[in-house]
Amino acid sequence: MTTVREPRRRLQGLPGLYAVTMRTAVQVQFQYRTANYAYMIGMIAEPVIYLVVWSTVARSQGGAVEGITVGEFAAYYIVWTLVRNMNIVFTPYGWEGRIRQGQLSGMLVRPVHPIHYDLAYFAGWKFVVILLWLPIAAVLALIFRPTFDISPLEIGVFLIAIWGAYLIRSMLLWALGMVTFWTTRVSALYEIYFTAELLLSGRLLPLALLPAWAVTVADVLPFKYTFGYPIEVIAGDLSTRELFVGLGMQALWVALGALLVAVVWRFGVRRYSAVGN
Amino acid sequence: MSTASAPAGVSVEVMAQREADIRVSDLRKTFKVPEREAGLRASMRSLVRRTHREVHAVAGVCFQIPAGEVVGFLGPNGAGKTTTLKMLSGLLFPTSGDVSVLGHVPWRRERDYLRRMTLVMGNRNQLQWDIPALDSFEMNRAIYRIPYPDFRATRDEIVELLEIGDLVRKPVRTLSLGERMKAEIAAAMLHRPQVLFLDEPTIGLDVTMQKRIRTFLGEYNRRYGATVLLTSHYMADVQALCKRVIVIDEGSILYDGSLRELSTRYAPHQTINVTLADPGHDLGGFGEILTAEDASDSSRVSLKVPKEQTSAVAARLLAAHDVTDLTIEDPPVEDVIEQVFSGPAPTSVGSRP
Repeated sequence: MTTVREPRRRLQGLPGLYAVTMRTAVQVQFQYRTANYAYMIGMIAEPVIYLVVWSTVARSQGGAVEGITVGEFAAYYIVWTLVRNMNIVFTPYGWEGRIRQGQLSGMLVRPVHPIHYDLAYFAGWKFVVILLWLPIAAVLALIFRPTFDISPLEIGVFLIAIWGAYLIRSMLLWALGMVTFWTTRVSALYEIYFTAELLLSGRLLPLALLPAWAVTVADVLPFKYTFGYPIEVIAGDLSTRELFVGLGMQALWVALGALLVAVVWRFGVRRYSAVGN
Repeated sequence: MSTASAPAGVSVEVMAQREADIRVSDLRKTFKVPEREAGLRASMRSLVRRTHREVHAVAGVCFQIPAGEVVGFLGPNGAGKTTTLKMLSGLLFPTSGDVSVLGHVPWRRERDYLRRMTLVMGNRNQLQWDIPALDSFEMNRAIYRIPYPDFRATRDEIVELLEIGDLVRKPVRTLSLGERMKAEIAAAMLHRPQVLFLDEPTIGLDVTMQKRIRTFLGEYNRRYGATVLLTSHYMADVQALCKRVIVIDEGSILYDGSLRELSTRYAPHQTINVTLADPGHDLGGFGEILTAEDASDSSRVSLKVPKEQTSAVAARLLAAHDVTDLTIEDPPVEDVIEQVFSGPAPTSVGSRP
């Protein structure tokens, strides 16, 4: 069998696994490009509603809310659409099926930690998503006329920050999903997480519009670094110091998330191995 | 394995001479399962007081499998086969007991161990659904860190042996169950595992597919000297691949030894099918008559005869009657296995470990 294309250069070890898995994800997602598009367009409804509401409020208050202009709201919610797509990771709901259908057993007898597969697969998917997102962003920009004031540093930080957001959310939702090792009735717990995230991440509204105490709380929780922070890097007006503090906080939450995953995984797998499925 | 716990049929001396790939000693797994009666009242009661029952899925199993041997692991549903395979492959912690596979304790799931074994469960899929199997093979190459020349050689060899050259280029979701199973098995063998745990690898497949997979597994074992522990409800799988079988029921080993010995011990009879040139003879004196059909110009009779007397009875039949056809059959292995489950061996003592 000689017709299989062989890449000229092959990465070895874990980078090799990431490369192959990401390539696989791209192949799979391109097969579903129409579904992906429909899904993305459906997703646009959420920020467009927020955008229309805040633009109306801003106009009624003389063009700005708490100093945020109509154009800045537009910029915020257009970048929001990309960050939201970057934020799609293996959900906690997926864990139940993974355990019940025995896929986890298959993963456990492979000589690599399953999180690498999820991280690589969803990361590969992002490349398809970004490609599909570009025309949507262009249309939104034509309709809503955003105002951007972007420096090369902000672009550089943004390119790192969207992957930081991806990693934090991957870790936290993986850890949350693993609660399924103990009980399958965990949707209430997930809902608490998603509600806290909605309010304190900058998803529902820019964090600047929250009361001061809530802003302080959001600063120390992980949610902001998966949503509001990367958006504001490009659509907001962060100082150089704020840009780097944000990246530092992202690094901290990635590390804490990875630690949490390692601990919960250790006990979870022990439990899984004790009772089977 | 100690002599005291050796199941019938196993020669401890022979096993000691060969290096064992798999050693299992007094392996036990007990599950605690919640239990309650049906109905609202029982449901309310279980809110305050839950009752549990202990299920001894595996209850003190001992065996060794030398390198390169293919062993059939037989038993009815719920006998403890899959639980044992899961412990041997590292998916389950045992309640007690010792296991060593290729020198590793399986449930530590050391990478070095996982790279040298494979677990195929007939009802589980590992292949990517939406893309051709070849792409999933490529992922396995990365997961098992197989050097590319080795990967290509093994992949091409396996694809040829399983005759799946065309299938591996189609998206997996378009394949039939049997085709998918062949692709699953191919994916599970790319890293050339030394130990294979196969749980119902031919379940739900038609006879041709079963045969192809069987032939492949036999050839893989021959080429690479792999050790294989296989469960199957299809006795044809076992007969084709396994000289040795371990029969388990209710978590305990009932028999461990050669398939031939199993047949001799549990089915001490053979069937002689004889066709006579003329009807109307009573063959009751030759053995127990199972069936007798008279036609106008011939007669067909099936006789149940003790194994050790088969040759003599056949000779007497040929001498005494005008025989046009005579065949001697062993009872189907399914019947033999059923006999094992139904009670201790009729002609031996100590068949239970």
